[in-house]
Amino acid sequence: MAETKAINAGPRGGAKRGMPRPKIDNPGKLFKRLMGYVFKFYPIHMLVIVLCIVLTVFSSVQGTLFTRTLIDSYIQPMLDNHSNDYGPLLGAMGRVAIFYGLGVLAAFVQAKVMIYINQGTLRRLREELFVHMESLPIKYFDTHAHGDIMSIYTNDIDALRQMISQSIPQLLSSAITIVSVLASMIVLSIPLTIVTLLMVAVMLFCSAKATASSGKNFVAQQKNIGELNGFIEEMMTGQKVVKVFNHESEAIEKFDELNEKLFDSAFKANAYSGALGPINAQLGNTSYVLCAIIGAAIALSDSVAAGFTVGMLASFLTFNKSFSMPINQVSMQFNSIIMALAGADRIFKLLDEPGETDDGYVMLVNSEEKDGEIVEADHHTGHWAWKHYHKADNTTTYQPMEGDVTFNDVDFGYTDEKMVLHNIVLHAKPGQKIAFVGSTGAGKTTITNLINRFYDIQDGKIRYDNININKIKKADLRRSLGIVLQDTHLFTGTVMENIRYGKLDATDEEVKAAAKLANAHSFIKRLPDGYNTMLTGDGANLSQGQRQLLAIARAAIADPPVLILDEATSSIDTRTEKIVQDGMDKLMSGRTTFVIAHRLSTVKNSDCIIVLEHGRIIEQGTHDELIAKKQKYYQLYTGMKSETA
Amino acid sequence: MLKTLLSQVKQYKLASILTPLCMIGEVICEMIIPVLMAGIVDKGIYGNNMGYIFSTGGKMIVIAVLGLLAGLLGAYYGSMASTGFAKNLRKAMFDNIQTFSFSNIDKFSTSGLVTRLTTDVSNIQNAYMVTLRMAMRAPASMIVAMVMSFIISPELARIYLGAVIFLAVVAVLLMRRATRYFKQVFEKYDELNESVQENVSAIRVVKAYVREDYENAKFKKAALNIYNMFVKAEGNVVYVSPLMTGTVYVCILLISWFGAHMIVAGNLSTGSLMSLLTYCMSILMSLMMLAIIFVMMTMAEASGKRIAEVIEEKADLTNPENPVMEVADGSISFDHVYFSYNKSSDEPVLKDITLDIKSGETIGIIGGTGSAKSSLINLISRLYDVTDGSVKVGGVDVRDYDMETLRDQVSVVLQKNVLFSGTILDNLRWGDKNATEEAVKKACEMACADEFIEKMPDGYNTVIEQGGTNVSGGQRQRLCIARALLKKPRILILDDSTSAVDTATDAKIRKAFATMIPGTTKLIIAQRISSVQDCDRIIVMDDGKINGFASHDELLKTNEIYREVYESQTGVSGDADFDSASGQ
Repeated sequence: MAETKAINAGPRGGAKRGMPRPKIDNPGKLFKRLMGYVFKFYPIHMLVIVLCIVLTVFSSVQGTLFTRTLIDSYIQPMLDNHSNDYGPLLGAMGRVAIFYGLGVLAAFVQAKVMIYINQGTLRRLREELFVHMESLPIKYFDTHAHGDIMSIYTNDIDALRQMISQSIPQLLSSAITIVSVLASMIVLSIPLTIVTLLMVAVMLFCSAKATASSGKNFVAQQKNIGELNGFIEEMMTGQKVVKVFNHESEAIEKFDELNEKLFDSAFKANAYSGALGPINAQLGNTSYVLCAIIGAAIALSDSVAAGFTVGMLASFLTFNKSFSMPINQVSMQFNSIIMALAGADRIFKLLDEPGETDDGYVMLVNSEEKDGEIVEADHHTGHWAWKHYHKADNTTTYQPMEGDVTFNDVDFGYTDEKMVLHNIVLHAKPGQKIAFVGSTGAGKTTITNLINRFYDIQDGKIRYDNININKIKKADLRRSLGIVLQDTHLFTGTVMENIRYGKLDATDEEVKAAAKLANAHSFIKRLPDGYNTMLTGDGANLSQGQRQLLAIARAAIADPPVLILDEATSSIDTRTEKIVQDGMDKLMSGRTTFVIAHRLSTVKNSDCIIVLEHGRIIEQGTHDELIAKKQKYYQLYTGMKSETA
Repeated sequence: MLKTLLSQVKQYKLASILTPLCMIGEVICEMIIPVLMAGIVDKGIYGNNMGYIFSTGGKMIVIAVLGLLAGLLGAYYGSMASTGFAKNLRKAMFDNIQTFSFSNIDKFSTSGLVTRLTTDVSNIQNAYMVTLRMAMRAPASMIVAMVMSFIISPELARIYLGAVIFLAVVAVLLMRRATRYFKQVFEKYDELNESVQENVSAIRVVKAYVREDYENAKFKKAALNIYNMFVKAEGNVVYVSPLMTGTVYVCILLISWFGAHMIVAGNLSTGSLMSLLTYCMSILMSLMMLAIIFVMMTMAEASGKRIAEVIEEKADLTNPENPVMEVADGSISFDHVYFSYNKSSDEPVLKDITLDIKSGETIGIIGGTGSAKSSLINLISRLYDVTDGSVKVGGVDVRDYDMETLRDQVSVVLQKNVLFSGTILDNLRWGDKNATEEAVKKACEMACADEFIEKMPDGYNTVIEQGGTNVSGGQRQRLCIARALLKKPRILILDDSTSAVDTATDAKIRKAFATMIPGTTKLIIAQRISSVQDCDRIIVMDDGKINGFASHDELLKTNEIYREVYESQTGVSGDADFDSASGQ
């Protein structure tokens, strides 16, 4: 048994790649919070579990004691009296059988109930994680590696599953076993109990020593795994370059070096942790032997401790075994508990992350005109209005939504220390097309992140139809803005569902109309199942251009008054771009549009082109105006290298 | 599969044999103890023989020490065998991957290869360790316990035999059912995680469309589904543990009952009864261990298959018997070349390509995505083999060259280019290990990389991070060009390698090529007409065929596709990319 646990408990080599040795600040508090979850949702279930464990342990202790009763009270007297009356023995066995039956039943109930607690808690945690994650600001996703977020859902939840379903019941039953076995041992023989306890102390000491030695090597192993895996990842990514440069032998040389290093530390770490099992097992045996010898000696010299019988010795020896076992188990569960707590720590960190706040109160509603006045409508009218509730005089006013956006001296930085945008002033009138141009890092995308409040500005004001966007409910603000990004993201589902994402209650006809508008209809028709073709893995079965067309159709069906197109065509070749551009032009007509462009040729017809550099607007005007100015835009457009470069 | 894997045990064979032997030694020691114990009770206590107790006790201690020794050696050799095996597996895979051709690499994805080299190997390492240490130990301890029981009392031992058979049959049945359920659950579980992944990467879309509630509802439904499936699957397994305990209890009761009869009848000693009860526990433990091994083996099976695939994969490009070791000049000719990535697919990627390029010419290649521009140039340095026809470099079929010689002389800057962690100098020296700093600087000058490198804090010793994340796209491309130039090749191929470089710098690089390496044949794939219009000749690719092959002026007159692309890029340099144009 000890053997099994030793292997299960050891950190699983590279299974958790590059995971540093977990470091937890306050394991006690963490454990309490985790238990809080389990107990909060499943108080009765947990009570049942505890009862079941007590019952199981009790029945197994009863069973062990029975060995003594069997020999002392039944077999010995029968031998002494040469009697053949098995009646009393049968009765005693019947009682033990009942205990056994209860124990088995309790074990079954425990296992069954545990499933609900375990899976139920995980389900709640998963849901809570997801719902909370959806509420987090974009900043969280921009500042955390997506791989790390994912590993919370996979590795950390898995570690918790192990802990809740195995470690916790194990701990509980070990604790109860230790207490009850200890009590029974004391009743049977105090001197032998002392011997047993002494041996347990030796065992714990050796375990601690071995764990410390293997721990040191595990740290080295983790480090080497990290290095080797990093190297492997890099080489596999660049394998084609390795081939092109005939660099194979150098790669193998470096690999061998790292591989040897990992072997060295992994070998040591595993050898030490593997030694733990046999050491404890044999110490357990030694303890058993010592008790046997001392016990036999006591039993023989009836003068010393009269009343210590062979049967008692037999029972005691069984207790001796069942006492060291749970102690071993607890010490070996230690590693997996630490792992699980480290996982719980990351889970709670995500849950504690503050969500997006929304103080907005201005709402977007369907509107219609009645007697020259705008009123709210309960159906789709094609007209929208901002619904303003004024607390001061308890009145509600309506104002038509037009799509007028102004930036008033806006400053912004992703962190307070480093400003990315300075003094941005601009005005987009309803229906205008505004283009942002500038090199990477100039702040183009940042500006669009501010309009839909993915990020909040530090200074200045952004107004939407003359309303400060901070006063508009975020959901309504975003609903009024359509956005097409450079990296198209599609969801697992059919083409139809993906387009419908823009308007959940859209009819099939509306979806098709949107696809036609975006020039996507013709290629969708040619897909194996047309609109019902399943897309998986972010639309991996489509070309970049086709994905982009779907993203445009998705924006089209939402029919927003304001559009943001963030480098929507930059990774498409020029011939495909023409088709996509055509779709976008149709989409843009009649809407205020912000375009971030990669190729200058696509923004020439804008109402206003804004040239950004290092977070500042350095030029703005129409194409002709900017060309006439003969400054930065002119230089870029005509291909002359800028003097300031 | 098993044979392929086991052939990698190599120098750890001895350790692999010693481990189970040690484990068996440990088991034997553990098993002897209850027998000696019975002796103490029977002969020592009832025989009132203190001397016997001490001598037997002494024997027991010696055996425990022997057991410890065997256990420690088992841990030592087991660890050596399993981690060594893992090391050899990794090496076998890595070495074989280095012989892979491009099509071999395409077959396994990058992430697929990484998983095989990391997670899969550690799964096998664990399974191997468990197998060596426990797969022997568990049956051995069960058999020893069984044999001992039979020696003590054949009648009573039959009870154990019956119990073991009963448990084994029931466990196998339950496990098989459960494995089926679990397979389904884990598939669904993967799907759930994929949908989380999707949400994490598409969070901007979710938020922009205000679809948080929609996604939440979707996720909750999926989570409930997983919950139900897990409950059902695990519901199948809950019987195992109570069943085992129950069987053991029944055994204890039966042994006690019949044992009591036998003792009273004088056919069994009290000590023997105690030993029998101890063996009962050993047998149960062994059964549980076997169950765990069974689970681990099924888990490792998939990993083993994936590893064996990589080790067994044969590189599909090999050197010819008497390779040509010298490339005469930089001329290239294609003779009715057909090519498809997948041998079984009917529609070739390249169709009937015939062309001749003279040594020292500068050739532009243009065409839409999917027109097979990259496929065309990949054949020149024999990154793939033609399906039909032939490609000649310097008048010799590329398949007759020594591959290393050919690739040294045909330098390709790939579209998906990578820099490796290390200094800029290290990276550049991939092109020529022994390049002097001057040679490196000269190459950088040609690739217009010198200006930004010198502006960096550590110049040529600046450390590039993994994946080259600390340089911009345009800078990375220029470094890759410099690296390729250091090979001093006869043929230089740029596969869309200046797309992130501004037009002016792009022109400067091309000009440097023309003046500094006039003798080198240059092939330039580009999206921008401006990047190719001053080439000697331009190939227009369309749908795997050559649509036109002439100079810029001529193509404008005669080639419709070329003209269309040209016109779509109105203003020519209006297509400028802002990156690196404005000051890098």
